[in-house]
Amino acid sequence: MSNEIPEDGLVLVVRENCPTCQLIAPVAADLEARGALTTIYSQDNPGFPEGLRVRDDPHLEVSFRLAITIVPTLIRFEDGAETARAIGWSRQEWGNVAALDDLGPGLPDERPGCGSLSEEPGWAEELLARHGEAGLGAETLTVEFPEDPFEIMDARGWSDGLPVVPPTPARVLAMLNECTLAHDHVLGSIPPAGAELTVEKAAINAVMAGCRPAYFPVVLAALDAALDPDFAWQGLLSTTMGAGVAVIVNGPVCRRIGLNSGFNVLGHGTRANATIGRALVLIAMNVGGARPGGVDRSTLGHPGKHGLCFAEDESDPAWQTLAASRGIDGGRSAVTVFGFCGTSIMNDETARTPEDLVASHVRSLEAISQMRSSRRGGGVLLVIAGEFWRIFRDSGWDRTRIEAALHDATAGPGGETPMFGPGDLLVTRAGSHAGLFSTIIQGWGSGPTGSQPVTREVEP
Amino acid sequence: MTTILLDPTAARAGPARQRVAGHQSLEGLTVGLLDIRKRQGDVVLDHLERLLGERGIRVGRYAKPTFTKPAPSSVIDQVTAECDAVVEGLAD
Repeated sequence: MSNEIPEDGLVLVVRENCPTCQLIAPVAADLEARGALTTIYSQDNPGFPEGLRVRDDPHLEVSFRLAITIVPTLIRFEDGAETARAIGWSRQEWGNVAALDDLGPGLPDERPGCGSLSEEPGWAEELLARHGEAGLGAETLTVEFPEDPFEIMDARGWSDGLPVVPPTPARVLAMLNECTLAHDHVLGSIPPAGAELTVEKAAINAVMAGCRPAYFPVVLAALDAALDPDFAWQGLLSTTMGAGVAVIVNGPVCRRIGLNSGFNVLGHGTRANATIGRALVLIAMNVGGARPGGVDRSTLGHPGKHGLCFAEDESDPAWQTLAASRGIDGGRSAVTVFGFCGTSIMNDETARTPEDLVASHVRSLEAISQMRSSRRGGGVLLVIAGEFWRIFRDSGWDRTRIEAALHDATAGPGGETPMFGPGDLLVTRAGSHAGLFSTIIQGWGSGPTGSQPVTREVEP
Repeated sequence: MTTILLDPTAARAGPARQRVAGHQSLEGLTVGLLDIRKRQGDVVLDHLERLLGERGIRVGRYAKPTFTKPAPSSVIDQVTAECDAVVEGLAD
């Protein structure tokens, strides 16, 4: 193979698209002319430096094997072992490596180099998967053209019905790079089957769901919350009532990963929203075995069972965030999981006061309550959009007052069971700022004998 | 063109369990009636208890705290220790 790394001599790694490499091209020519330079590897153009004997490293295997982080890099080998290395340009360091003290007359004494292409996102993981010790433990499946990976995955039942992203080693490694946990760290037992979920399996399913690596900390926090016994994920996954997991996210991570809190927030159109909840669905299916008609006994299900994740609208400092109301210090990112059985829009174009809004919300909540076999027991996640919030805020109402008013108005004055027990009503803000709407997200079963919302901080 | 995929499914199967042989007769045995706390499960189990009692078959009554969560191991252990057969009231 032409790219075998020499056992002795000087090796220089460069790329044309690097000003420092351009700067030291005359030094490379000087070293070659003196017979001091054994091999030059170019990452992007074998014609650079012009006129020299350059070896091509288009797939960056040599750069990976030499652990090049910066170009130019000059390395001395003796008897197959590296004995000296200079990174970037430094007349003194190059002189030490080359054992020559008159290199680069007319050049500045030092100049930092540029990042190696082998370190760029995508390449780094691909090279590690191809040539390195990736440390992945999952079984692999090799798909040869003309077989289509999408069809193979679908045929194996790895999908929720929509196409899934092929979980290649490079993509999974990129996901794993976003957390500090060991690949084989066990996150918990995934119901209903109770199979162990490792960080690596979580990453594989997050890739398949379409998550970008930056979403992975949110996926891990949501998993940790869903695995809390109070959340009763097993019940949610196996119930005939058809329950899904809503993931509400707070804090700076939302902006960092582009999680939508505005237009169509509960609908389609934003990758982070669409894929984080879906990762939990795929994990429950692929690791937990929750397949519809199998252990997932949903009679009807609902569209939210494909996954639901959204950011709370934190744009108004007058609003105490959901995370803050649940004990997370301001400025920290957190997820809250809520088991739910569908959504219902609430529209009131005549309301002008908070009291009007409470009355119309109570009518909708009562209607939803009527559909259940017990008045109490469902729990609700109420999503208030912009104009409703403006009516509350302009009258000085905050989260506490809204929650208290809804509790009181649904308390069952005729000796009925109150609609909400402690902690059964969550209120959040999301959606665009225009429109007199809120959405009632119906819970599955609340309280200690049902599914309780759980909040977890997102590890930075 | 080759694509390598990593398996997303659980790496390890759950522990294999031996199925207990069925009983030809309930005579002399204890039958557990396990209520998972689904609505009206107790109605069915009460009826069964009466029918079994009329046949002179010993019955033990057990219950999960809630149908929404797996049975605590204490309940499973007690049923296993005290019963030869179990009827579980699963649905509404």
